Amino acid sequence: MASTETDPTPGPGAPDAGDGTPQQAAGPVLDKAADRPAPAGNDLSGLEAGLDALDAVTIRRASVGQVLLKKVLPPVTAIVLVLVVWQLAVWGKVADPTKLPSPSEVGSELADRWRAGDLFSIIWTSLSRGLLGFLAALAIGTPLGLLVARVPFVRAAIGPILSGLQSLPSVAWVPAAVIWLGIEDSAMYAVILLGAVPSIANGLVAGIDQVPPLYLRAGRTIGATGLRGAWYILLPAALPGYVAGLKQGWAFSWRSLMAAELIASSPDLGVGLGRYLENMREGSDMAGVFLGILLILVVGIAIDLLIFSPLERWVLRSRGLTARSQ
Amino acid sequence: MADTLTSAAAQAVDSAAHAARLDHVSKAFGGPGGRQLVLDDITLDVAPGEFVCLLGASGCGKSTLLNLVAGLDKPSAGSITTPGGRPALMFQEHALFPWLTAGKNIELTLRLRGMPRDRRRGEAERLLSLVRLGGAYGKRVHELSGGMRQRVALARALAQDSQLLLMDEPFAALDAITRDVLHDELTRIWSETDLSVLFVTHNVREAVRLAQRVVLLSSRPGRINREWRIDIPQPRRIEDAAVADLSVEITEELRGEIRRHGQH
Repeated sequence: MASTETDPTPGPGAPDAGDGTPQQAAGPVLDKAADRPAPAGNDLSGLEAGLDALDAVTIRRASVGQVLLKKVLPPVTAIVLVLVVWQLAVWGKVADPTKLPSPSEVGSELADRWRAGDLFSIIWTSLSRGLLGFLAALAIGTPLGLLVARVPFVRAAIGPILSGLQSLPSVAWVPAAVIWLGIEDSAMYAVILLGAVPSIANGLVAGIDQVPPLYLRAGRTIGATGLRGAWYILLPAALPGYVAGLKQGWAFSWRSLMAAELIASSPDLGVGLGRYLENMREGSDMAGVFLGILLILVVGIAIDLLIFSPLERWVLRSRGLTARSQ
Repeated sequence: MADTLTSAAAQAVDSAAHAARLDHVSKAFGGPGGRQLVLDDITLDVAPGEFVCLLGASGCGKSTLLNLVAGLDKPSAGSITTPGGRPALMFQEHALFPWLTAGKNIELTLRLRGMPRDRRRGEAERLLSLVRLGGAYGKRVHELSGGMRQRVALARALAQDSQLLLMDEPFAALDAITRDVLHDELTRIWSETDLSVLFVTHNVREAVRLAQRVVLLSSRPGRINREWRIDIPQPRRIEDAAVADLSVEITEELRGEIRRHGQH
């Protein structure tokens, strides 16, 4: 390193060129050969490799054993504990047996439904409604969110209403939807949309608002302007907020659908999870009521675990935004 | 390698005899009431292949000037021409897109430039090895160190195949050793290509270490105060006596300029 010292006497004109007159029109192409560094590359690349190795962030992936220990064991323990406390409460006769069925009674109700062959049709009636309604909410909420985020007039006009709608429980729409659309599937979908569209649109607005202006500037310097800027820079940059909105939108869809199915009763609607739960209440079948609640919970969690959580994890991890990736 | 990088742009520029020409450029911000002049009558040429450093204290409008040359903003008066096409711009922050890998960041620039899909991958690999990051194609931005990120950002800027590279204090946030290494890299790449560089900094030694010409801007409003041609042969080192001597001289000038603002 010390041997790289160069001749300390400056070349001609270095200090005395500063005569105060700006030199314009510096003339033809400068000869770079005079400034070409001596081939001392090995030293530099070695130094650089060392710096890279010292500074680079290494990312460790957890082993299967660690995943089982840290991700699977805790929830399984919690479920087993709940079952134990439940069974103890039944044995200790804490409540009347007609009000508190044992876990095994709920299990045999599940087996009955399985044998009767209508378990999956009940789940599918609700799930297909929920997913279809969610997809429709996605198709409406995404352009709506883009409009609100990018057009100041639209934002001023409906932005506050859109965020206010999030705090209105969409069950409140059920009576109106039933009167307008009748007790039919369309009323169910209307309630889902009113619950999920504001969440999805607001998620996208929040995502776009949080895009660092630097990305947009960098995009403009490489020629991403207008629609190309929106497609290549703005939307990918807003993805984390958008996915969070989708996740919340699904939770709202599922919740409002169950409420609507509980309230609206008609043979045309078929038996979904909400209707099944209400039927069991009418028959005072407590094991069936428990099963209904559990199934609604399990389906909601399953969709989140199978679709939205992996999507969110992938988006955040690929950008280094999760704590574990550091 | 140098030939393929900017040959088309260089040919276009040869006849123009400058990579950038600023002709009596002024810039003011604000409305008629509180109008503030930021840049005042800047006239400056960057020759093809030249390395120019713009040096100034805070408030001299260095970044504003780069934004004007980059075409991100319009001058209030005067004209700016860059015959080699839209200049490439590098920021103090790496400004790489975190949803893309290092290689894909470069490929996005190539794609927006109109390069066909089948050539992009090879070109991105070539640019990465030019900044000595041959193995980093599939790396995510957060997996790279600060110095590596700035090298990828440099490769992305080079991917624009522009004759002129604008740099807005690109190494200011790096530690001293990494910055030193990146100075060497930038000098090497500049000398291997036909690139012209307009480099903004407030660091006098950095300016003397890198540039063929240092232009000192005064502050509020920014005016060209004085300039120095630097003939110390490359490769220079930041600790060279010649670099230090000239830095002392320029720093004195810069201090005098800053002091002037405290007097009234």
